[in-house]
Amino acid sequence: MELKKAMLELMRRATTDLSKDVEDAVKQAYDREGEGTPAKNVFGTIIENIGLAREASTPICQDTGSVIIYVDFPVGDSEKKYREAAEWAAAEATKLQYLRPNAVDPVTCKNSGNNIGTNAPYLHFHQWDKDEVRVRLMLKGGGSENVGAQYKLPDTGLKAGRDLKGVKKVVIDAVQKAQGQGCAPGVIGIGIGGDRVTSFALSKEQFFRKLGEQSTDPDLAALEKELYEDLNKLGIGPMGFGGKTTCLGVYAGKQHRHPATFYVSISYTCWAYRRKQMIIKGSEVTYD
Amino acid sequence: MIKLTTPISEETARSLKVGDEVLLTGTIVTARDAAHKLMIEERPDFIREHLKDGVIYHCGPVVKKDEAGEYSFVAAGTTTSSREEPYQAAVCEEYSVRAVIGKGGMGPKTAEGLQKVGAVYLHAVGGAGSLIGKMVKKVHTVYKLEEFGTPEAFWVCEVEDFPCVVTMDSHGGSLHKDIAAASQKVANDLMGL
Ligand code: SF4
Repeated sequence: MELKKAMLELMRRATTDLSKDVEDAVKQAYDREGEGTPAKNVFGTIIENIGLAREASTPICQDTGSVIIYVDFPVGDSEKKYREAAEWAAAEATKLQYLRPNAVDPVTCKNSGNNIGTNAPYLHFHQWDKDEVRVRLMLKGGGSENVGAQYKLPDTGLKAGRDLKGVKKVVIDAVQKAQGQGCAPGVIGIGIGGDRVTSFALSKEQFFRKLGEQSTDPDLAALEKELYEDLNKLGIGPMGFGGKTTCLGVYAGKQHRHPATFYVSISYTCWAYRRKQMIIKGSEVTYD
Repeated sequence: MIKLTTPISEETARSLKVGDEVLLTGTIVTARDAAHKLMIEERPDFIREHLKDGVIYHCGPVVKKDEAGEYSFVAAGTTTSSREEPYQAAVCEEYSVRAVIGKGGMGPKTAEGLQKVGAVYLHAVGGAGSLIGKMVKKVHTVYKLEEFGTPEAFWVCEVEDFPCVVTMDSHGGSLHKDIAAASQKVANDLMGL
């Protein structure tokens, strides 16, 4: 196993091969919409596109996102080799048109051309006790990133207090404001508590979960279920054309907060919800 | 399904209504943030002939260059249009643009511009990059590639049977406005407001 080649293959899979849980959710959404409606046509197009991308090994969406990588590694391993492998793979994947050059210097506005830059790819390291390595990759689209939002409870305008009812209100508000802009139907990641930074991080890390997988915390599991039902009553539908499916899933996570603060962060990912992982054990690599 | 071919006359553009499904064939020009900013700040002439009675596509494609130096689109879906809201109406007026393809819809300033100029907003399926990439038959030319980078450059290309829905028309109609108002009512109920 060559680490950098494995990393490249992980990127290729993430950008061209939509995971089964997401594809299944899109297919169910297609079945729910009425014949001849724009919503049904949109889902039909999305399904066709997913199949085509997989078959031709081309990007599902031309916005191949920001490259975000979480590495869990055993004691004694070095971060450096993963960073080097990630950078090599990102540049190579750009050359092979698996990734669009998406790293822009915000001051000079120059695109680096190869997806490499300061914090690009973004890598997050975590040491664990297992004797295997887990690399999780997320390709996070920019359009859907733009509709994410952070709220500070209480929120007077929304009459949202410092409790789960308040959390529900701000999530509904965020999804209502997003309309179709983030390529609905979306998947919603909610981070409750923490500071401004960790709250957003928590909301985004939820996207590594699988659709349909409930929170292990019963209160949060109930919140996820209620929000899933409520958000789909909004009628925004795919692309904001109107329809029965506005979101494909809701995940919530919590962390302790400072007594004075109560942040709720909402990350939104479009239906082109691309994340994959690989487990490296000795010379064996398995992808999921 | 309405077949639409470029160049599009003002009369044709004005005949389209919200909800019409169209298949577009002909020349379109990709333009995003840097391109719109340039078109307003410098009003360049190089793009004029391609935009007259033409189509702007909000898209930042993935592009391949073959050994002979020919470009082709690998993936080319829509990008979010609202970022061009400050510019769009003026761009349509300056260059006599008849259709803008994007996703997510646009605001009141653009809606007014469409009415004035006689143009429509066409919504494509966001994220359907591979599929739309296949409908781009040929890349004619590109402007500002060096300066703006691949996603932001002006790519002038040929599409065939590109499926879109009219979501904003030249009569003030906007599906986005209607859906947002309806969903706001539901949201208020759910939030107890
Ligand atoms: S929001 Fe998602 S599907 Fe839409 S253009 Fe961006 S990455 Fe693609």
